[in-house]
Amino acid sequence: MSIFLTLLRRELASFFLSLTGYVIIAAITLLVGLSFVVLIAGVGNDPFTAPVTEMFYGTFYFWLILLLATPVITMRLFALEKASGTFETLMTTPVGDLQVVLAKFTAAIFFYMVAWLPLLACLFLVQHFTNQSGALDAGTMSGMYLGIFLVGCVFLSMGCLASAISCSQMTAAMISFVLGVSLFSLAYLAKSTPVNGHWQTQVLAYFNLFDQMHDFARGALDTRAVIFYASATFLFLFLTLRVVESRRWK
Amino acid sequence: MIEVANLTKRYAGGRTAVDDISFTVARGEIVGLLGPNGAGKSTTMRVLSGFMPATSGTVKVGGFDVFHDSDETRRRIGYMPENNPLHPEMRVREYLKFRARLKGLGWKKSRERVTTVMEQCGLTDVGRRIIGQLSKGYKQRVGLADALVHDPELIILDEPTIGLDPQQIRSVRALIKSLAGKHTVLISTHILPEVEMMCGRVLIMFDGRVLASDTPENLQRRMAGGSQVIAEIAAPLATLRTVWENLPEVAQFDLAAGEGEFFRCALTPRDGEDLRPLIYNLARVNGWPLRELTRSRHSLEDIYMQVTRPTTEEVE
Repeated sequence: MSIFLTLLRRELASFFLSLTGYVIIAAITLLVGLSFVVLIAGVGNDPFTAPVTEMFYGTFYFWLILLLATPVITMRLFALEKASGTFETLMTTPVGDLQVVLAKFTAAIFFYMVAWLPLLACLFLVQHFTNQSGALDAGTMSGMYLGIFLVGCVFLSMGCLASAISCSQMTAAMISFVLGVSLFSLAYLAKSTPVNGHWQTQVLAYFNLFDQMHDFARGALDTRAVIFYASATFLFLFLTLRVVESRRWK
Repeated sequence: MIEVANLTKRYAGGRTAVDDISFTVARGEIVGLLGPNGAGKSTTMRVLSGFMPATSGTVKVGGFDVFHDSDETRRRIGYMPENNPLHPEMRVREYLKFRARLKGLGWKKSRERVTTVMEQCGLTDVGRRIIGQLSKGYKQRVGLADALVHDPELIILDEPTIGLDPQQIRSVRALIKSLAGKHTVLISTHILPEVEMMCGRVLIMFDGRVLASDTPENLQRRMAGGSQVIAEIAAPLATLRTVWENLPEVAQFDLAAGEGEFFRCALTPRDGEDLRPLIYNLARVNGWPLRELTRSRHSLEDIYMQVTRPTTEEVE
């Protein structure tokens, strides 16, 4: 456990004690802010009854941020260590492969959640100036952040896998971007395909990230979605672990 | 301490980096792994450190198998890979503490050990400096301090002096020498004098195989047979020729005109004997001016030539 914490501290330090970390946070803040400007301008012209949080997921901004930010957050994790050779010094200490994978993933998800904090400020502004009390409601808020967390887990675990299989950060970022876009397209396909009796459409319905996020934003917790996200994250982290272990049977 | 039996490492793609090698290293020994680039030194060390598995064969460190008891062996090994990778953005003390914690040392113990190894490696003054801004010599010492921080039984150093200036090389060598007795040390290098200075025993690797394993002195002796003596003597050419022809100690000689009256004689001894006192006496007795008398030091290349020759003949 203490080794895990040491690793986690080190990973967090490399996020928060580096310029890149703050550049990522600044970029996310800028995009969140921009999307709210566009959103509010839209609402101003065309009044809307749903809470602002719900509308936020309805736009492509949220997904754009997700698709762009997660590869940048995760690309460094394994690829940089492999390129600089520190992966060798790390793996020749008595640390477990699982500890390494989990520490890196935990640090990434923590950083990712911190990067989303400016969203609160936007919501606060909306509430303050529109008297829309629903924007900062505890239920919708926790639902929203749970949604952000779960979707983030899936995308970041894909990023971990991409970083583990590549030796350069650029490749890692590209692979995880492609994986992310694929999942996103699948979600898009799922949204546009109505569910009928066929099992294909029923399976596809699980990939309907948009509606699932919509539910989260409303404060509704759909266990099926939670399980889907959790198992997808688990799968990708398991694959990452196998890749890290693979040097033992190569 | 180290028992390697029939170790073979084949990389994906079929290249065999290490081909069926066996050797043992006793506790407290300083052993040099000598060989040209691509001889399989680094691969052997990577297998020993538990970073990569062997394709076949067994490797034991302190009685534990590096593959099956990986954690146990990794606790006992301090490994510094080639090119000494470090985290350039960290501070020296911070990095060493991080490494000590990773190697399972408690909070208090790691503080103590870090202070000790920083003193041992002469890093006390740069503890607060950022690693990326240190000179190469200091970085190398940080790598060494990292290898030492958990007080391991076995220290594996892959080319610890590469890229350092002579002053730095001297201090790193002195540091490694000071480890003798307390730790078992395995060093790889392709610099022969380095091995002579630091190691009690040398393993010569070439093309994935161990070709010789002996003390540096014995290797020297084996080599001495081939070492030439160069003498520049001012004497008539014909006289010199007859003298060398009649000396039983000289197996072969070569004469070339030098500056002025001097002739450059390259002499090969018959039984690895040192010809220099003999030549000096000759020159003194005959009153020949003598302005150079050296024994050419056999280079690493010569050793390779020497040790690889029998095997090439076998093939033929």
